[in-house]
Amino acid sequence: MEANKKWYQLDLGLGNKKTSQTTCGCGKSSGGCGSTKEDSRQATQSISAAEFDAAVEQEIMGDTAVAQTQKDGFQQVFDVKMDRRTAFRKLTASLLVGAGAVHTSCSITTSGEAKEKAQIDWEEQFKGNYKLMTQEEKQATVDRLVRSYQLRKKKNIKMTATDASKDVLFGYAFNISKCQGYMNCVSACVEENNQDRNSEMQYIRIHEMKDGQGFKFNEADDNYYHEVPAEGHFYMGTQCFHCDNPPCVNVCPVEATWREEDGLVVIDYDWCIGCRYCMAACPYDGRRFNWSKPEVPEEEVNKNQHYLGNRLRKKGVMEKCTFCVQRSRSGRDPACVEACPTGARIFGNLLDPNSTIRWVLENKQVFRLKEDLGTEPKFWYFMD
Amino acid sequence: METFRAFRSMVRDSLGHITHGSKVYHLWMFLLTVVMLIGMYAYYIQLEQGLSATGMTDRVSWGLYISNFTFLVGVAAAAVMLVMPTYVLHDIDFKQAVLIGEGLAVAALIMCLAFIVADLGGPAVAWHLIPFIGVFNFPNSMLAWDVIVLNGYLFINITIPLYILFRHYQGKEAKHNIYVPGAILSVLWAVAIHLVTAFLYQGLQARPFWNNALLGPRFLASAFAAGPALIILVLAAIRKFSEFKIPDKTIRKIAIIVTVAAQINLIMLVSELFKEFYAPTHHSESAIYLYFGLEGKNALMPWIWTAIPLNVLATVLLTVHKFRSNFKILYFACFILFVAIWIEKGFGLIVPGFIPGPYGKIAEYTPTWVEIWVTLGIWALGAFVFTMLAKTAIGIELGKLRYRKKETIQSETH
Ligand code: SF4
Ligand code: SF4
Repeated sequence: MEANKKWYQLDLGLGNKKTSQTTCGCGKSSGGCGSTKEDSRQATQSISAAEFDAAVEQEIMGDTAVAQTQKDGFQQVFDVKMDRRTAFRKLTASLLVGAGAVHTSCSITTSGEAKEKAQIDWEEQFKGNYKLMTQEEKQATVDRLVRSYQLRKKKNIKMTATDASKDVLFGYAFNISKCQGYMNCVSACVEENNQDRNSEMQYIRIHEMKDGQGFKFNEADDNYYHEVPAEGHFYMGTQCFHCDNPPCVNVCPVEATWREEDGLVVIDYDWCIGCRYCMAACPYDGRRFNWSKPEVPEEEVNKNQHYLGNRLRKKGVMEKCTFCVQRSRSGRDPACVEACPTGARIFGNLLDPNSTIRWVLENKQVFRLKEDLGTEPKFWYFMD
Repeated sequence: METFRAFRSMVRDSLGHITHGSKVYHLWMFLLTVVMLIGMYAYYIQLEQGLSATGMTDRVSWGLYISNFTFLVGVAAAAVMLVMPTYVLHDIDFKQAVLIGEGLAVAALIMCLAFIVADLGGPAVAWHLIPFIGVFNFPNSMLAWDVIVLNGYLFINITIPLYILFRHYQGKEAKHNIYVPGAILSVLWAVAIHLVTAFLYQGLQARPFWNNALLGPRFLASAFAAGPALIILVLAAIRKFSEFKIPDKTIRKIAIIVTVAAQINLIMLVSELFKEFYAPTHHSESAIYLYFGLEGKNALMPWIWTAIPLNVLATVLLTVHKFRSNFKILYFACFILFVAIWIEKGFGLIVPGFIPGPYGKIAEYTPTWVEIWVTLGIWALGAFVFTMLAKTAIGIELGKLRYRKKETIQSETH
């Protein structure tokens, strides 16, 4: 249907859906068989408006409305294939850590640890690009990072390297009429994703705009400190939109950032050389750079991590919203969706015709920002 | 074997040659070394603190380093304006200027690479950028193209003069059919480095200030004005401080190149200004910021309003024949033209690209001292490299350095 495309276009088959909506059960393309339009909608549409509201309601209550992948966090930990050596190493490592303080003072162990640390640092420095790694290599680097954290902080973290699942394409919708500018999403994001507390890095920006003046981003205030919702204002959140045709990915000279199969645009923090070309190329202010060494107080570190997501970064690398890959790939909503008290944020699998996000796309008047640039963001805005 | 020995002898002789010189020479090199050392110290601070030691932020993420890089690519590309007529068209006047020009290109390229490295957040993993060792996003990323063309150009500009000087060092003539193909290649290549660097910015739909078809051609025009202008100044200095004879005719010819390029550059500037200010749209905001400031923020205004009059004045001086033939005025015009284009094609081009930001936020950029010293240090490095290259080249061309000489002396004493 899009044979004469002149530029890149995201195709979710929504168009097909729409045409099938107008046909009725008997297969005729226009009226006459007796079944009403309402009925045909029921047939193709599995969620009704009421159900949608219920789903949103449920989200606010803290439950997850969407389940793209079947595995939950625990299953994933135990599903991780461990060969005997890594298992052994992990075991000894935890024993050592368990024994903790006593052992650190013992010179034999420390020198052994120092050696291991050096070995890990060496291998980390010269490892390849994550995108091109085999499954084993991916697991190996994850193991090294976990071990390295153990050695340094005497604490255990859980890091996954879950790949994209088939038939999943993540998308996001933002309800402008619901957002009240509370910024719970912003703080939840910072905590979830271990962002630098010193520079107060935030992936999400909430723009406060004046009612009745349209979307005037340049006059909006994205750094307010007053009580919300402010009289006569409305709010609009921006973050990385996970463009389906991402300009930031094209420009990266070393392929340190790429689009995953499930539509997430991710960064290998260890492969990024910090040239900031992607930052210049992003039309949506989606990227953040670590201008100095990022600091997260030990007790605030989110230890449930993903290699491509919220693992701790270092100075001089790029980062950005990953739709909380550590959560979304294990079937949970991103932290911002969960934290939003108004239900303005909808997240889900665009390829699943029964998902909430699909319902929004098919039933609301949605739009995206700067569509003329051809970036095809997977982030839609709508109003009630 | 013989060639190898001759080469070794040339390296040894050159090293001896560059460590000896007049008082002025030593003072000059000493000053450059001091600036380089301060620059290195500043870079050390930047390594320790991270790029937060610079004035760059998430809102304006490229600054002084990338500005200077952009400008210097132009200077490097301009060497071609001298290569072309000499090697290919046998225009004898340029022959000496060419070695200087290529030396300048080498120095400029080294500065370019240094600026890129200084700008990286992770210089320790810069090896990811090396083709075949790292992962190279070719042909998608214009920066990957740039790495290839810049290094290729560096290679060409080192080998051609090296070959010629080496032949002269041995007292032989350089073989025409060996270096001419290289010279032609370098001509094409020079245009490529400049266009590719322009495309680096031009290809970003996110930044309307850069995303304009005139950017590439304007880069070329301004480069062919600023580069040869610098060469004229350098030749003037060489005439003054060494015995190397550079005829007036050579300088006059280069001045014509500068003049034409400056005129074309000015025409394009007018066209750009017309587009931005006749029917201003949302996309003209960066230009409005640059020239008039936005919301009371106008850090770049003093700079651009210095650059434009200097540019116009220089172009007028160069255009009027009477002024151009007066060498004092010519040097002055070249100098202000160089400064004007440095401002205009440096941070006058890079910084407004980020202002206003993608959502209209206006956050200004002011370089820090760390950044300024690193920049000065890299310029000093360039000057240092160039002085060494030029001194050796001049030594060989004047016949002070010769392979046979020593051997004959040795055999006579036996
Ligand atoms: S919003 Fe920006 S950073 Fe995110 S995918 Fe699009 S271009 Fe890349
Ligand atoms: S900053 Fe990192 S991710 Fe961005 S373009 Fe440069 S290397 Fe790629």
